[in-house]
Amino acid sequence: MARTNSITLKDHIRESLLVNRRLLIISLMMVVFIIVLILKLAYLQIFSHQYYTTLSEKNRLAILPIVPTRGLIYDRNGILLAQNLPSFSLVIVPEHVKDINSTLSDLSDLVTLSDEDIKRFYERLKAKERPFEGVPLRFRLTDEEVARIAVNRYRLTGVNIKPELIRHYPLGPLTAHSVGYVARINKEELRAIIDIANYSGTSHIGKVGIEKSYETLLLGQVGIQHVETNAQGRRLRTIEPLTTKPIPGKNLYLNIDSKLQAVAQQAFGEHSGALVAMDPNNGNILAMISMPSYDPNLFVNGLDTQTYQALSTSLERPLFNRSLQGRYPPGSALKPFIALAGLELNRISDTNTIDCPGWYMLKGDDRHYRDWKKAGHGETNLKKAIVESCDVYFYNLSHTLGIDNLHTYLTAFGMGRKTGIDLKGEVPGLMPSREWKRRTRHLPWFPGETLITGIGQGFILATPLQLASMTATLANRGQRFQPRMVYAIQDPANETLEISSSRTLDAVTRTDDLNWETIINAMQEVVHSIYGTARRINIKLPYKIAGKTGTAQIFGIKQDEEYVEAEVSKKLRDHALFVAFAPADKPRIAVAVIVENAGSGGAVGAPIVRKVMDEFLLEKKG
Amino acid sequence: MIPQNSSNLEKDHRLNMRRTVLTRIHMDFLLLFGLMLLAGIGVVILYSASGQNMDVALRQLVHLAVAFIVMFTVAQISPINIEFWSPWLFGLGLILLIVVLVFGEGKGAQRWLDLGLFRFQPSEIMKIAVPMMIAWFLSESHLPPSQLRLLFASMLLIIPTILVAAQPDLGTSLLIACSGFFVLLLAGLRWRLIIGSFILIIASTPLIWHYLLHPYQQRRVLIFLNPKIDPLGDGYHITQSSIAIGSGGLYGKGWLNGTQSHLDFLPERSTDFIFAVFSEEFGFIGILLLLALYLFIIIRGVIITAEAKGTFSRLLAGSLILTFFVYMFVNIGMVSGLLPVVGLPLPLISYGGTSIVTLMAAFGVLMSIQTHRKLIAS
Repeated sequence: MARTNSITLKDHIRESLLVNRRLLIISLMMVVFIIVLILKLAYLQIFSHQYYTTLSEKNRLAILPIVPTRGLIYDRNGILLAQNLPSFSLVIVPEHVKDINSTLSDLSDLVTLSDEDIKRFYERLKAKERPFEGVPLRFRLTDEEVARIAVNRYRLTGVNIKPELIRHYPLGPLTAHSVGYVARINKEELRAIIDIANYSGTSHIGKVGIEKSYETLLLGQVGIQHVETNAQGRRLRTIEPLTTKPIPGKNLYLNIDSKLQAVAQQAFGEHSGALVAMDPNNGNILAMISMPSYDPNLFVNGLDTQTYQALSTSLERPLFNRSLQGRYPPGSALKPFIALAGLELNRISDTNTIDCPGWYMLKGDDRHYRDWKKAGHGETNLKKAIVESCDVYFYNLSHTLGIDNLHTYLTAFGMGRKTGIDLKGEVPGLMPSREWKRRTRHLPWFPGETLITGIGQGFILATPLQLASMTATLANRGQRFQPRMVYAIQDPANETLEISSSRTLDAVTRTDDLNWETIINAMQEVVHSIYGTARRINIKLPYKIAGKTGTAQIFGIKQDEEYVEAEVSKKLRDHALFVAFAPADKPRIAVAVIVENAGSGGAVGAPIVRKVMDEFLLEKKG
Repeated sequence: MIPQNSSNLEKDHRLNMRRTVLTRIHMDFLLLFGLMLLAGIGVVILYSASGQNMDVALRQLVHLAVAFIVMFTVAQISPINIEFWSPWLFGLGLILLIVVLVFGEGKGAQRWLDLGLFRFQPSEIMKIAVPMMIAWFLSESHLPPSQLRLLFASMLLIIPTILVAAQPDLGTSLLIACSGFFVLLLAGLRWRLIIGSFILIIASTPLIWHYLLHPYQQRRVLIFLNPKIDPLGDGYHITQSSIAIGSGGLYGKGWLNGTQSHLDFLPERSTDFIFAVFSEEFGFIGILLLLALYLFIIIRGVIITAEAKGTFSRLLAGSLILTFFVYMFVNIGMVSGLLPVVGLPLPLISYGGTSIVTLMAAFGVLMSIQTHRKLIAS
C-alpha cells in the first residue's frame, strides 16, 4: 500500500505526545463525570434511601389510568342515541397467570363460559398489543357471577373483574349510518394514534359515523390515580390527593330528528336506498337513512366471524352508507337545475315551446334518443317539461347549452364536489366534462353524451347527500350551506351548550330572481297539478311541496326494444328518485330520496318524502 | 545485567510463552477478562430482570457468544489492514445509509434493511466506520491537522450523523458524532474551537428545539425536566427507576429480589433500564463494584491507546474506548435521572443483538491494536 511518507520519526514522537496529552485531559474529565454519577447515585441510594424504600417494597405504588367517560350523543330533541351502560367484565392478565388452561377451567366452574367465549379469548390473547393489559374473557357478568369471582379471588391470580362502561345504541339500526359505532382498537389504529397516553385503559375507538368524526371530542382526557398495591398487584387503596380527575368527553347534540328517521325507515319498508333530509336555511341534517341497515351494538364488543361475514358479504350491503357514499345517476331529478341553467344563461325563455314526438335526433346522427313517454308529450314548454318530465325537451335544452355550460352551472350547485359534511368518508360523485373524459378515458366528448347528461344519465353520478344539498340550495334561491350533523357540543361538567354556527358555502349566482321562481313554481306543479309526475301524493296536502321525480336507468335497452318493468330482473330495474322541499314559499325542509330498483320515482319515492315531510311540518294533535 | 541463571531463564521463557499464546491468538488478557466478567454479570442480572426467564438468559448468551466470536475474528486483522479498508467500509456504510432512508422500514422509523433472511442496521456499521475513516484521513498527514483537513474531517463526521438522525435515530447519531468527535479531539482539535462550538450549540438551543427535534423528542426533554407530566409513559419509567435505585440502599435487596411488577416493562424500555434492576438488587456497593469493572475496562483501553503504535491506531483506539465510556455514562445517567431518556442500552448488560456485536467488534479492534504492536513498530 503506497503511502506518502512525509512524516518523520520526530513527528511520530511529537504526535504520540500530543495524542497522549489529549488522552490524559479527557481521562481526567471522565473521572469527573464518574464522580458526578456516583454522587447522584449516592444521593438516591443513601440520602434518599428511606424515602424510596417507603415507596417501594412495603407500599408499592402503581400509577393507573382512570378511563374518561365517553360523551353521550343525543338527537335534536334530546333523545339518547348513544350511551354508556355499566357492565362487569371478566378479565385475565396473562403475565400474572401461571397456567392459563387451569385458570380457565377453574373459572368455568364459577361463571358460564361458552366455547365461543373461550375461542375468542384466545384470539384476543394472540392479538394482544400492550403488556400487562387485561384480556377480556367474558362481558356482562351477572351480579351472582361477580359475587362468585369475588369470593374466590384469593386463589385466582391474574383474574380481575373490570367494571366498564359499554357503549350502547338504544335505537339500534336506526342510527347505524349516522351515529356509527365504536369497537376495539386494532393495530393500525393504535399505531396511528398520536396522543397514545390519553388512550391508556381505553379499549374502544370510533370506527364510523359521528363516533369516528368526533372521536377526540367524545373521548375526553384520561385521569391518573396513584394506587397502593400488594405484592400480587392487588389494589389496597387509592392515594386520593395525588389523583388527577379524568375529563369526560363532550356530549353531542345532533341535528338529526330520530322520529323523522323512524318514519323514513318505516316508509322504506323492504326497499334498499337512502334518504337525506336537510334544513335549507342552515345546512342542518335532519335525517340520514341508508337501507338496509344493521345493529351497531353488534360491533361494540366484537362480532363473531360468522355474523360479520353474513353482514359484509350480503348482497344488500347493509354496512354500506348509501347516503354518503352511494353514487347514483340522478335521472330526471336533475331537470329543474338544467332548466334553471337554461333560463339564467338566457338560452331559453319560459315561453319557448318545442314539439315532443317521443324521440329526438341530432343532426348527422340517426340515433333516436327516446322519451320515456313513447307517444311523446306534444307541444311542450318549460313548465310542462318539468311537470310531466319530458326528456325530449331536455335533450334539446342540454344540446343548446352544451356540456361546458352544464358542467359549470351544475358544479356551482355542488355537483361533483364534496359537500364537506362533518362525517368522514364522503365521496364527490362525478360531474363529467370534456377535460374529465380526455383525462380518464382518453377520448373526446361526444354530443350525444351531452343529451344523456341532460336527463341525468350517462357518466353523471351524485350521492343522496349531494342531491339533498342541491335541492336545499334551490329552495334557498342560491344560498348554499355546508351540511352539518352536529347541532351543539355540550360540556357535561357544566351543561353549557356550544351551538355550532352554520357555514355558508359559495353561493350560486342569481341573474334574475324571476327565473328561480319560475322553476320553483314548475316544481310545485309536479306535485300539485293533475299532470304532475308526483301527483299521487297530493291528497289532503295542507302545504305546498316543490319537487321533482326521477327514474334513473341502470342499464340501457336496445334501440327498438321496450322496457317492460316486470320482465327485467329486480337488480336491473330503474332506481326511483324524488327530490323536494316544503313549504315551497318558505322552505324548512329539503329531502332527497333514492329507492333502489323500485321503478318509478313518483310512485315509490314521493310517498316516502311525503311521510317524512308530514312528520316534520305538521303539528301533532293530542 | 540480569544474571542468566537457570531459574531466571525459565521465568523469562514462561513470560515469553504466556505472551506468545495469548498474543498469537491476538487476545489481550486483561481486556478479555474484564469483558467476560461484565458479560457474565449481564446475563445474571438479565435473568432476574426478565422475571427469571431462562429463555431470555440463554438467548443473551447466544448473542454474547456470537459477539465474542466477532471480536476474536476482528482481533486477528492487523491494524494495517484495518487502516487500509477504512475508506471502503465508510463508503459502503454511507451508501447503505442512503439506501435505508429510501427503502428502509421499521416501526415508523427507517433504520432497518430487510434482507429477507435477517434485518440489519447500517447505522451500526457507521459506529465503527466513522472513527476509522476520520482516523485514517487524519493520519495521512501530520497532527495537529490543518484547518482544511479539519474541515473535511468534520464533514466526514457530520454527513453520516445527519443521515442517521434523519431516520430518525437520534441516539445512535449522537454516538456516531461522539466517536468521530473523539478522533478529532485526540488529533488536536483546538480547545478554542470546541468551547466555541459548544457555546454556539447552547445559543442555538431554541432553533434546535423548533426545527430539528421531532415532537416526541421534544416531549422526552420535557419529561426529563419534569417526569410528573407523563406519569403513564416515559415519565413512569424515570419515576419507577428512581424508586428502584433508591430503594436498593447500601447493600441492595439481593439477587432476584427486585420488584418486577413494579417496573411493568414496556418492550422498548426494559432493556435500557436494566441498571435500575441492578441497583435495586445490589445496592450502592454493587454499583461501585460495577463501575469499578467498567473503569477497569476503560483504563485498560486507555493504556492500550497510549501504548499504541502509529497515529491511526492511537486515534482509533482512543475514540473507541472513549465512546464506550459515553455509552455507559449516558445509560446510567439516563436511568438515574441525570439525563433525558435517549434509548441507549447499557453496554454488554442490556439485552440486545446488533449493538453488542458492534461493541465487541470495537473491542476486537482494540485487541488487534494492542497485540499487533511488534508488527507495526517494524
